[in-house]
Amino acid sequence: MVSHSLIVSAPMAPLAGALAAGLLGARLGRAFAHWCAILSVGWAFVASVLIAREVVGEGVVFNFDWYVWARAGGVSLSAGFLVDNLTAMMMLVVTFVSLMVHIYTVGYMAEDPGYCRFFSYIALFTFAMLMLVMANNFLQLFFGWEAVGLVSYLLIGFWFKKASATYANLKAFLVNRVGDLGFLLGVGLVLAAFGSLDYAEVFAAAPGVGALASLPAGWDAATVICLLLFVGAMGKSAQFPLHVWLPDSMEGPTPISALIHAATMVTAGIFMVARMSPLFELSETALSVVLMVGALTAFFMGLLGLVQNDIKRVVAYSTLSQLGYMTAALGASAYSAAIFHLFTHAFFKALLFLAAGSVIIAMHHEQNMAKMGGLRKKMPVTYWTALAGSLALAGLPPFAGFYSKDVIIEAVGASLAPGANVAYWALTAGAFVTALYTTRLLMLAFHGEGRMDDHTREHIKESPLTVTVPLVLLAIPSVLIGAVTVAPMLAGGFFDGAIVVGEGRDTVAMALEKMGGASWSGMAAHAIYSPVFYLALAGVAAGVWLYSGYPLRTEMFARGPIYRALLAKYGFDDFNDWFFAGGARRLAAVLWRRVDAAVIDNFFVNGAARLVAMSSRAARKVQTGAIYHYAFSMLCAVALVLAWRLWLR
Amino acid sequence: MGGAGFQVGYAGAEMFVFLAACAVLLGDLFLPAERRGAVLHWGAIGACVLTAGIAWTGFGGGGFDGEPAIALNGFFVSSPFTALMKTAVMLSVGGSLLFSRRYLEGAGMLCGEYYALALTSSLGMLVMVSAAHLLPLYIGLELMSLSLYALIALDRDNLRASESAIKYFVLGALASGLFLYGASIIYGATGELGIAEIAARIISGGGEARAALGLGLVFMLAGVAFKIGAAPFHMWLPDVYQGAPAPVTLFIAAAPKIAAMVMMLRVLVEALGVLESDWRPMLIILAVASLAVGNITAIVQTNIKRMLAYSAIAHSGFIVLGVLAGDDAGVAAAVFYVIAYALMTVGGFGAVALLAGEGKERAELSDIKGLAANNGVAAAVLMVLMFSMAGIPPVVGFAAKLSVLQAVLAAGLPWLAVVAVLLSVVGAFYYLRVVKLMYFDLPEKGAVALPVLPRGAQASLAAVGALVLLLGIFPGKLLAACETAARLL
Amino acid sequence: MSAAPGLSHFLILAAALFVIGVAGIFVNRRNILVILMSVELMLLAVNMNFVAFSRFLNDIHGQVFVFFILTVAAAESAIGLAILVVAFRGRRSINIEDWKNLRG
Repeated sequence: MVSHSLIVSAPMAPLAGALAAGLLGARLGRAFAHWCAILSVGWAFVASVLIAREVVGEGVVFNFDWYVWARAGGVSLSAGFLVDNLTAMMMLVVTFVSLMVHIYTVGYMAEDPGYCRFFSYIALFTFAMLMLVMANNFLQLFFGWEAVGLVSYLLIGFWFKKASATYANLKAFLVNRVGDLGFLLGVGLVLAAFGSLDYAEVFAAAPGVGALASLPAGWDAATVICLLLFVGAMGKSAQFPLHVWLPDSMEGPTPISALIHAATMVTAGIFMVARMSPLFELSETALSVVLMVGALTAFFMGLLGLVQNDIKRVVAYSTLSQLGYMTAALGASAYSAAIFHLFTHAFFKALLFLAAGSVIIAMHHEQNMAKMGGLRKKMPVTYWTALAGSLALAGLPPFAGFYSKDVIIEAVGASLAPGANVAYWALTAGAFVTALYTTRLLMLAFHGEGRMDDHTREHIKESPLTVTVPLVLLAIPSVLIGAVTVAPMLAGGFFDGAIVVGEGRDTVAMALEKMGGASWSGMAAHAIYSPVFYLALAGVAAGVWLYSGYPLRTEMFARGPIYRALLAKYGFDDFNDWFFAGGARRLAAVLWRRVDAAVIDNFFVNGAARLVAMSSRAARKVQTGAIYHYAFSMLCAVALVLAWRLWLR
Repeated sequence: MGGAGFQVGYAGAEMFVFLAACAVLLGDLFLPAERRGAVLHWGAIGACVLTAGIAWTGFGGGGFDGEPAIALNGFFVSSPFTALMKTAVMLSVGGSLLFSRRYLEGAGMLCGEYYALALTSSLGMLVMVSAAHLLPLYIGLELMSLSLYALIALDRDNLRASESAIKYFVLGALASGLFLYGASIIYGATGELGIAEIAARIISGGGEARAALGLGLVFMLAGVAFKIGAAPFHMWLPDVYQGAPAPVTLFIAAAPKIAAMVMMLRVLVEALGVLESDWRPMLIILAVASLAVGNITAIVQTNIKRMLAYSAIAHSGFIVLGVLAGDDAGVAAAVFYVIAYALMTVGGFGAVALLAGEGKERAELSDIKGLAANNGVAAAVLMVLMFSMAGIPPVVGFAAKLSVLQAVLAAGLPWLAVVAVLLSVVGAFYYLRVVKLMYFDLPEKGAVALPVLPRGAQASLAAVGALVLLLGIFPGKLLAACETAARLL
Repeated sequence: MSAAPGLSHFLILAAALFVIGVAGIFVNRRNILVILMSVELMLLAVNMNFVAFSRFLNDIHGQVFVFFILTVAAAESAIGLAILVVAFRGRRSINIEDWKNLRG
């Protein structure tokens, strides 16, 4: 029997670990810091396994308020935990990947002066992420949402002496402000519409919500709430056009890119929308928006991965694209497929990042793939695990990514939502692109001639055990987890009760029917009838042909308009810089001189301050120090009140 | 309510403090000189903690979980409310003594009289808390006040202390006189001196003698407002806080406020609750005046003790706000606020008393410039306390202000809440300035740095800081206790 | 014989005493001893009130209260004089005007 305190201990242990590592690490040493963090996160993982065994195995759902922080106007603001199949699965993913990253970090960050700080941050991240996925109310969801964001900013700017890191940090912060504002407005509207922040109460009342007094007439409350919440998801899960921060976030240390910017935090938006499925199912408009945004992100961000030379940025753009797949699945009401992809993606994408990190260590922190090549022989473990991750990412059967991605594409194909056919073609074409950039990465980094300088070449060696063990441990699920879990997770009502799908919208069931049922072998066999499979194969083949041998065969495209557009990332960054940053600066300059300095500063702020200072000096004069004056003021007060009472009567 | 027999067991806490005070006086005579200071110090603190325990558990009857009861022939009330307030009083006294030793040793004041007076003063507070009758209320008040006057003047060579003792004494006597005059009129109008009896007689007597009751109310309120330090009865407070030796200031600022708030509740809410429409406008004036005078005048102060004194005036404005709401929620908010205030004050003046040096006071704002560099713990705790006093979440001061403002809103006075918040914003300025001085300024040229605090002092300060933080994040338990107490006065 | 003095006579006398006492505190600007005397006067006025009410209400409690007030007043005078002595030792003066150093 799993007790409530075990559930509470899962997020609290990493918090304690983070505090211990952060506050005492500097004094008690590095080993103390990493053991604190690793043991506490290890405990969270063990607790998650125990909880998952009970929740998944016996169908128990935990939902309880742990601590009531405050009550205001009939709304109770509390910390509470809801653990059902969805949460249990997320907890497993978060704690497992986090544990792997912790171990990996011992090797990766060994020479960094900020070692203890780093462990404190990642343990803190685990706490925040667990609070987010385990929330049973919107307030705690928001807390976790902001807390993971905070840790993410801290870690992007971890090397704060690097100008590019602080720039990336600022960018992530600003872009997420936009998303979080939408999210906060959404939560506010939920409170206005339902008078409660508790999931259970809100979802129970959701079907009855119609127009809302605080919205303009004719606006559907469910649509507005869902769109606002989705703006939050777009920020956190880096969906077009709020995607610009994620590639830059690669300025942070690589373990972080694996944990936060690939496996867990960026999927918070996906998780949130799936959790809110009872709300999203009420609004076809919102679902269509979600679908289109996801499909566009999946295709166009994948294309950008083709022209990047920084190994981490390639993986980052692939993350954007895969997040797009998940979002599109959400829009097609295939929530379980989205979560399934989230699940498989967490393993193979964390693997790819850690493998990239392993390469980077070997290359002495060189990230440019143009200077790599031929690492296959010297780093066999890294190569083979990266290969496993790549095949999973490319979606070749029977690797993990195949199952989840194919179901998504088929589900979007089966969807009747407006725009679903466009989305279907975008996602199908995306399969080719995915295979292509994945192959490109492998070819450039591991195959062909080594293009590094001689000094580096001599020092290339396989990474230490703390790095390779997590790689192997992550490679195993990257290969197998899709085949093993596809049947139980997608068929058989695994997410019943956690996820609600509207009448006639069960696209996952339709997709599975088309693919011949949810058996791993059947799906793999069906692949040969599916265009997606051939596109992926074509992608691999094209990649092998294009990127073997140097100089590359792609030189023929270089400097063409398409190539340049891709290199400029469609001009988003430039546009943002010019319009938002520049425009805001110009507007701010005007406001500053005309409004701020003249009216607010001079009249209101300084005026009020002058007034206060004046009255302060005056009040001070009254305090003369003479006893008789003090007595006189007391008696005056009494006399005045008496006079006032007599005069009134 | 239980019976009104003698049942002396209910007064266990009072008797224990009394015995402890006697023991301290005897110990002062017979203990060998080299051990005297330490034994008296820790003995007195231990006695305070034990008394708090007795008050909370109700050794011999009563306690927080006990049934409300009237004892000692109707002079004494025991209820969850009295248990909570007595515990708070005794813990504040214990905390005040804890931070005093360093200063007392330096000033040569570490003597039996100091601790004996502190304990008799707390005995007065306990009597006030449990008074069910105007007579014990008055006796308790005088016992508390007279001990405090003597405490201030204990350092005979300190001219400022003598001056503040004179001021406190004269104005305190005036306030007592006003209070008594009011009490005599109430007695004349109702023929009763018991608090519950006065209330019952006013209800059964209908509207007769309403004018006389109102007259009595004004005078009694003046006396109470003086003790709680609400404007315009506040003028003694800055002079006394600044002039008294730092540990005595710490003592006066914390626990007596709790007793004064209880007195206010007993007189206004309990005895004269029917006259709410009469006293509420007066309390509104008191609250607004206190908030305005406290927050605004604090800004130009240069002495920390004096600045904190004005801040105390502003805080008493908030306590009055809670009382004037008058219902259970308001009383609970006032109780919560006064406990939070006592905790913050013990920490704030405690830090000042520790830093003030050994006997020679260093309490100018310029003295704490750059404090963070050599006294990291003290600076961090002071910062937490300043945030708390300013009412910035997530520290306890925020929870306290929030609950008071909620009660004021619930009482249908939104404009009053707005005024309170605006004046608190003004107050935030001088609290945050302290943080700025400690963390961002460099010590003045030629200034002697404040001494680095010993480990024990740092640890006890840190404990207070942690408590302020914890109660801010998890105020639930204490809030619930305050609500229970407010229901069962 | 003329009518015995009624309650209001006593009350007016007490009020007059009280006002004299109060006025003595803030009109007097020289001597702290006078202030101590004024305080006593205020307490006397209160006692007068209590006794008068007690007599006219036929209730003994008011007179008991007076005993306590008398006792406390004695203690108060003792403390007050003690403080005065301490203060005088330091500054050689009992003039109120000399005690204005704490202000602002």
